[in-house]
Amino acid sequence: MRAMVYRGPYKVRVEEKDVPRVEHPNDAIVRVTRAAICGSDLHLYHGMMPDTRVGMTFGHEFIGVVESVGPSVQSLGPGDRVMVPFNVFCGSCFFCARGMYSNCHNVNPNATAVGGIYGYSHTCGGYDGGQSEFVRVPFADVGPSLIPEWMDDDDAVLLTDALATGYFGAQLGDIVEGDVVVVFGAGPVGLFAAKSAWLMGAGRVIVIDHLEYRLEKARTFAHAETYNFTEYDDIVVHMKKITEHLGADVAIDAVGAEADGNLLQHLTSAKLKMQGGSPVALNWAIDSVRKGGTISVMGAYGPMFSAVKFGDAFNKGLTLNMNQCPVKRQWPRLFEHVRNGYLKPSDIVTHRIPLEHIAEGYHIFSSKLDGCIKPLVVPNAA
Amino acid sequence: MTYTPEKPSIAEASDRLRERIPGWGVDLDPSDRPSVPRMQFDPSLSGAHWEFPERQPELWPRERSLEHKFLTPVFGTSCPPRGVSGVLRRHAYKRYSEARAAHWLLLLVADRVDALESHVRSFATLRPDNPITETGVLSEFSHHPVSSRYGVKRADLVHQPLDPIIVLAPWVAAGFATYRSFKLFRRAVTKRSAQA
Repeated sequence: MRAMVYRGPYKVRVEEKDVPRVEHPNDAIVRVTRAAICGSDLHLYHGMMPDTRVGMTFGHEFIGVVESVGPSVQSLGPGDRVMVPFNVFCGSCFFCARGMYSNCHNVNPNATAVGGIYGYSHTCGGYDGGQSEFVRVPFADVGPSLIPEWMDDDDAVLLTDALATGYFGAQLGDIVEGDVVVVFGAGPVGLFAAKSAWLMGAGRVIVIDHLEYRLEKARTFAHAETYNFTEYDDIVVHMKKITEHLGADVAIDAVGAEADGNLLQHLTSAKLKMQGGSPVALNWAIDSVRKGGTISVMGAYGPMFSAVKFGDAFNKGLTLNMNQCPVKRQWPRLFEHVRNGYLKPSDIVTHRIPLEHIAEGYHIFSSKLDGCIKPLVVPNAA
Repeated sequence: MTYTPEKPSIAEASDRLRERIPGWGVDLDPSDRPSVPRMQFDPSLSGAHWEFPERQPELWPRERSLEHKFLTPVFGTSCPPRGVSGVLRRHAYKRYSEARAAHWLLLLVADRVDALESHVRSFATLRPDNPITETGVLSEFSHHPVSSRYGVKRADLVHQPLDPIIVLAPWVAAGFATYRSFKLFRRAVTKRSAQA
């Protein structure tokens, strides 16, 4: 089969690989019909995530058709059209039994601090991902769901991570009616978090970024008030000014490890790998939110330490909520919202890349060329 | 205002928002959201028909975190450790827990060694690594490289020039090292034949 393969920092290519096989009785093999490149894939692409091995296939956002199943699979069969959450999870460990599917303890031998994620380094379990023609899906009775007949592929693939994560991020903000919510980052997760904040009753939604085309999308797609931080000497002071010097009630970090806005932070993390991530957006969130406010962290960070302004968070009495999104828990409600027309995830798709051109796809997305917000990957067999 | 008891009016009225924004407030009740409360005990919800999953066969000694009691019943089988990078990775897992910076730093070093080993190995195949095609840099020509970068206020332009250096520096260093080695070897051979 053809599959995207990592060749070292900033380098990927498409290679011929063996079709994955059933390795556990509850495995399914899925023929991928649509995948996506996630902003967090860029952390792998840039060599930031420890134990990212040459030869691995990335891709934790994908949907497809079941090709074959293991002997203990009861709920799926060949030919089923399925969407697969980015979390690999068993459904029965201490954490899964409590709905914390993203924190499963039975699927990642390499680390206890993170669950299993498709195509996301050995730190997240060493599973090949879906930027390929076929993928192994463990725990087929637990993870994947049938795609509703009425849902199109582009919407479905965005429900496997980006939309679910943005919606979860808004929930972690504990938003109540009338809250002022500031979202740092106008990428896919930030856009969906901003949109979701309205569903939860926000009274004002502000989005901060430095890419004007993304801020434009935040205005039109997410009805948000936007600010480009490069236009202000100090975005935190500006945030205070526009909130009567109170600060926002809720701040959502939808940027994560490669945040710009402070060159030293960016260089020491994204380039020199001396930090788990550049916490510029997180620090701005801490300083922009009001005392007693809530921070929701959705941007992904590596396992190493990062220079976070913890003292400010402490002195302000902030609540910091964060986790990888337990995707499947969000689906029933998100299916309703998509069906009712409150959310149209595929509106943010800007590029469709054939699998054979995936190196170009990564470069365009990484360099933010051509107004790129969300690139989908279309395998040959789709 | 902020310096007196009442909250300043810095948000729009709910009625107006309900009219203006499709779906505003459909998840208004904080207790009726999918991830509230974050921990909800219900082992029957996931669809798992086991209490502990069957174990996947371990086909090679699978590295695992010291913080795990045993090898997890299911695990990824992509890219088993090999070469010098494999030795480093196995050592990082065997010796240091996730709590230790040495664990992660060693894994990062192994990643760089892995890239180097793989590049070298690729030259013994019919498809050697090609930094031009593998970086996707050729897409620059067809995707508005200038208008995407200039005349817009992008904070990342200041460090983007480092990216080609990160990619090319190891190749340049390897080329220089090869050239120097070849030169030293030739000098040694010439000296030996002169002595003979």
